[in-house]
Amino acid sequence: MNKRTWLSFPYVLWIIGFTVIPLIVIFRYAFTTGDGGFTLENILTIFDPIHFKALVFSLEIAVGCTLICIILSYPLVLAMRRLKMGKSGVALFIIILPMWMNSILRIMAWQMILSPNGILNLILEKLGMKPLSIANTATAIMIGVVYDYLPYMILPVYNAVAEINEDIIEAAKDLGAGSITTFFKVILPLSMPGLLSGIVMVFVPSMTSFVVSDVLGGGKLQLVGNIIEQEFTKSANWNLGSGLSVFLMVFVMISMAFTLKNDVDGKESTVW
Amino acid sequence: MNDVILQLDSISKSFDGKMVIDNLDLEIKRNEFVTLLGPSGCGKSTTLRIIGGFAKPDTGRVLFNGKDITNLSPDKRNINTVFQKYSLFPHMTVEENIAFGLKLKHKSAQYIKDKIAYALKLVNMDHYGKRRPESLSGGQQQRVAIARAIVNEPDILLLDEPLGALDLKLRHSMQRELIKIKQEVGITFVYVTHDQEEALTMSDRIVVMNKGIIQQMGTSKSIYDEPQNAFVADFIGDSNIIDGVMVMDRLVEIQGTRIPCVDEGFGTNELVDVVIRPEDLKIVDAEKGYLKGMVVSIIFKGAYYEIKVRVQDYEWSIQSVNPATIGATVGLTILPENIQIMHKPLSVDAEVVKEDE
Repeated sequence: MNKRTWLSFPYVLWIIGFTVIPLIVIFRYAFTTGDGGFTLENILTIFDPIHFKALVFSLEIAVGCTLICIILSYPLVLAMRRLKMGKSGVALFIIILPMWMNSILRIMAWQMILSPNGILNLILEKLGMKPLSIANTATAIMIGVVYDYLPYMILPVYNAVAEINEDIIEAAKDLGAGSITTFFKVILPLSMPGLLSGIVMVFVPSMTSFVVSDVLGGGKLQLVGNIIEQEFTKSANWNLGSGLSVFLMVFVMISMAFTLKNDVDGKESTVW
Repeated sequence: MNDVILQLDSISKSFDGKMVIDNLDLEIKRNEFVTLLGPSGCGKSTTLRIIGGFAKPDTGRVLFNGKDITNLSPDKRNINTVFQKYSLFPHMTVEENIAFGLKLKHKSAQYIKDKIAYALKLVNMDHYGKRRPESLSGGQQQRVAIARAIVNEPDILLLDEPLGALDLKLRHSMQRELIKIKQEVGITFVYVTHDQEEALTMSDRIVVMNKGIIQQMGTSKSIYDEPQNAFVADFIGDSNIIDGVMVMDRLVEIQGTRIPCVDEGFGTNELVDVVIRPEDLKIVDAEKGYLKGMVVSIIFKGAYYEIKVRVQDYEWSIQSVNPATIGATVGLTILPENIQIMHKPLSVDAEVVKEDE
């Protein structure tokens, strides 16, 4: 045995105490009834119409949020690539800055902006336009999650794009590729590793979030996360909450496995 | 039909206030192999980037077949580049790399297939089509880069120190291959290098640049035999460059000794730079030479000995097939036609700059 193996003990303890045991507990709750008997009820309850509707809505929010983040990231990242070293550092700092602020605070701020008498409608009124009722809609939730998770897309995509050698982009132009062709044939495929980790880092938390929908959805629009939260708090039905959690975890793992598998395949297939 | 394919008309370019190219005029003829030669920072690469469209000149025009293309982007010019660092697309196979430009031009699948086969054969890389760039050596990657550029049948091929990253032996064989490829495809080549031997070997015409100014233009032979200033003499091959006084036509005084030469038309007692190639100096008995000095070092170089002889405060470099004895007093002699007399530079720009490459 290696002499330094004992150094890993704290981490092993950590993993057992905070990952393995909680997982076992959750799985135990998920597959048992209140009095301890085995059941699949808690898992299958996802097909209950209300739960299933929340799952579909969560999926819509997660997919939409991920796509919007991708579309917003690339123009910004490409612009930052053109900046000189120091300036791109400042730009990156400004982008990360909101991440260091309390997340509840950020979402509350959006509530203030979007509410019927909020800042947005105040501005629209001054401009002589009709007020919008965005608060408590899916749009409000979407704005919230995009704002929350955008930096998690920008950072890995920026790292991947910044790594692409300028020579390679010039070579594409040299061979007759315009800006759009260069982007789709060279920049996008070469930044794929960063894009994929960005997708994982945005899709998973937006799929499972509940705070954003709680505040910006006004409690009327429910994501799976909200239902799970309610099972644990209001209904005190830990078995049902755990069942839904296990389903959600497996669901996310499978969808991410598909995303990452495409990456491995992509390396061997042609880009054309 | 006009034989000039590309014309640079009073091009100037500066970066951060530093002049890189200073009012440069250059004409490149159809099917010519032109080499821009100079030390790093002399403006040769920037000149190439301006031709390729990757940099815009501050002033001046780029004319292609007489048409102004100064503001045309690189993808709209029928000019292709072979980059120093190969710059192959890492996410594509060799074939896909070569097909990139052709697919953008919407060529038929059969045409592309034939072109790939032809190009791979041309650069001696048949059977490598399915490989990925990272599995190839530097030399192989550069061959693919050349193939990728040539299949587009550009009017001009720009080569930016394409052999700079390769080892000496590979460089020599690639030089021969490039000449062969040039003859085969009949494209105008504009080549950038700081390696004077490479330039002398391959070019129809050499443009020696320093500090953004063309120092001399001409064939390899004329550049080597008749350098027009001390910079060119120093940069092209090894040279002894020493101050001299032109006593009268066909007589120059070096280190207090009057030596016959063939140059005329200088002023009486004009201060000049004298250039003598190491292979043109002969070691003779002490009393029989124009100059007398002591052998200070001798290095065996394979085909010849490199001998240093100190005469007063100057160390002459001599290449000789016969060895000499260190410490011996010897004489140096030279034929009149092997002495190259040059005017002293009028401005600092033409001054000799020694660069550590």
